[in-house]
Amino acid sequence: MDKRNIIKWLIYAALTLLAAACLLPFAMMIINSTRSNTEIVRGFTLIPGKSLIENYKNMMYHMDVSDGIFKGIWLGYKNSFIIASSVTILSAYFSALTAYGFYAYEFKGKKLLFIIILIMMMIPSQLSLLGFFELNKALKTLDSYIPLIVPSIATPFTVFFMRQYLISSMHPAVIEAARIDGAGELSIFHKIILPMMLPAIATMSIFTFIGAWNSYIVPLVVIFSPEKYPLPVLMGYLKGGKVAENLGSMYLAISMSVAPIIIAFMFLSKYIISSISAGSVKE
Amino acid sequence: MNSRNKYGYLFISPFFIVFSIFGIYPIFLSLYMSFTDYKGIGSPFKANWVGLQQYLRLASDKYFLQAFVNTWKIWGVNIILQLSLALILAILFSDIRLKLKGLSLFRAIFYLPNLMTVSSVALLFLYILDWQHGALNGLLLKYGFISKPVNWLGEPITAQLSVSLIQTWLWFGHTFIIIFAGIQGISKDYFEAAMIDGANRWQTFFKVTLPLLKPIMIYVVITSLIGGLQLFEIPFLISQNGLGGPEGSLVTMVLYLYNQAFKYHNFGYASAVAYGLFLIILIFSMIVFKGMFKEEV
Repeated sequence: MDKRNIIKWLIYAALTLLAAACLLPFAMMIINSTRSNTEIVRGFTLIPGKSLIENYKNMMYHMDVSDGIFKGIWLGYKNSFIIASSVTILSAYFSALTAYGFYAYEFKGKKLLFIIILIMMMIPSQLSLLGFFELNKALKTLDSYIPLIVPSIATPFTVFFMRQYLISSMHPAVIEAARIDGAGELSIFHKIILPMMLPAIATMSIFTFIGAWNSYIVPLVVIFSPEKYPLPVLMGYLKGGKVAENLGSMYLAISMSVAPIIIAFMFLSKYIISSISAGSVKE
Repeated sequence: MNSRNKYGYLFISPFFIVFSIFGIYPIFLSLYMSFTDYKGIGSPFKANWVGLQQYLRLASDKYFLQAFVNTWKIWGVNIILQLSLALILAILFSDIRLKLKGLSLFRAIFYLPNLMTVSSVALLFLYILDWQHGALNGLLLKYGFISKPVNWLGEPITAQLSVSLIQTWLWFGHTFIIIFAGIQGISKDYFEAAMIDGANRWQTFFKVTLPLLKPIMIYVVITSLIGGLQLFEIPFLISQNGLGGPEGSLVTMVLYLYNQAFKYHNFGYASAVAYGLFLIILIFSMIVFKGMFKEEV
């Protein structure tokens, strides 16, 4: 019994050490954003400094390029928020619509079209990157949010997930009953199906939003104007600029760019983790 | 087909219209460009058709070969670390005799890095690993682990290792959750039967748990392989916008593709790189899939 307890405490100690190592980069990031450049250069300590406000002012001052058009990190937040929320809404609505179309109706070519969706789920995005860039060049939609937002109408994985959800939790009798009551097909979808799909929509929306918020290579390639940059691209852009001359300001900018996700995770962690667990077992 | 079923087409049409334009067409356009000498100016359809020339160039390109080797090294170290760490954690937390507490807290901490904006993570580590002013060297020096600063990102081996470790940090929590869920999904009967037969912990692990986890391990390895072979953001940002780190040790295949297209404007060649990369991913995913199923006793 005693031996088992010792082993148990050793395991706890190892786990705590691993957790600490896991959190250390975050600690370095947050603590260093409160310290001045000279303090950071001198070495790392776990005690926070007093230069947070100074770092913030310096960061904002150096981000404010092109005559005040570019209002620093808050504009980055705004851009990222506009993009990520549009992507989430479009992807949720049209994926639900498409999944329901596949679920509720029989039509020619249905199987083939669904197989195309399955295949496209597995194709790496790099394959289309250059063609995608050229397409947007031809459409004159480069340096706009169209290439970042409109393609989310067609998100194969979300359609696949929502169709599985419909198959496992929807009863065809619900649709039949609504039809007998004389409801039109579109209003059945909007008034009955969509509300019933909310759990699946919520799950996918969290991951879609975070994915869109974090996405890097496509906005890097299609957006040229700094005032249109979403946060991740803005972060890369800062590196070469004046903000990076002050390490504290740079750490602060990095902290601010990940803060929304850390805060969201605090509230949603149980939900997010159980979604991953559930998804993996089915696969 | 009754008239109501035409709604099926109506409901799926927005998806397929957008999908054809932004999803499928670019893939074929990339394919077309890979047969031309298109340089990114004007229209790809006005560029010269060069047949398989770009692919022949790819096959003999020693820089692409280096990118291929770099990508594998970085991914290989990462998957071994990530998988072993996740497996150990999953086994510890699912051990009925140990009954460890704090699962949800540890799981949340281990998983947190996975949600972070990768470009911010890359920048963060660029500063943490900095040779002169980095927080890591600062910490290690202070407590006497090292006597002089280590140039983590300045030497090929430590630079690659750093990226592998960052990838492990980002992904082991995710893999842990998946493997843990997999172990929970195994019927308790198997473990009881093994216990009745007098199997010890190691025997139970190697003869019962591991074989039953095989489908999930394959899933983890293949998804990690597909993602890992497309590694871009961290090497790109950590090596000063794609310069590729010391001796080009951080040039991954997608970074090479990006540089060919957006730095040197060789769109035709870069498209061939994209298709080469796709072929590599396809072949190795199939090898992993076949190889792991063949081992079955």
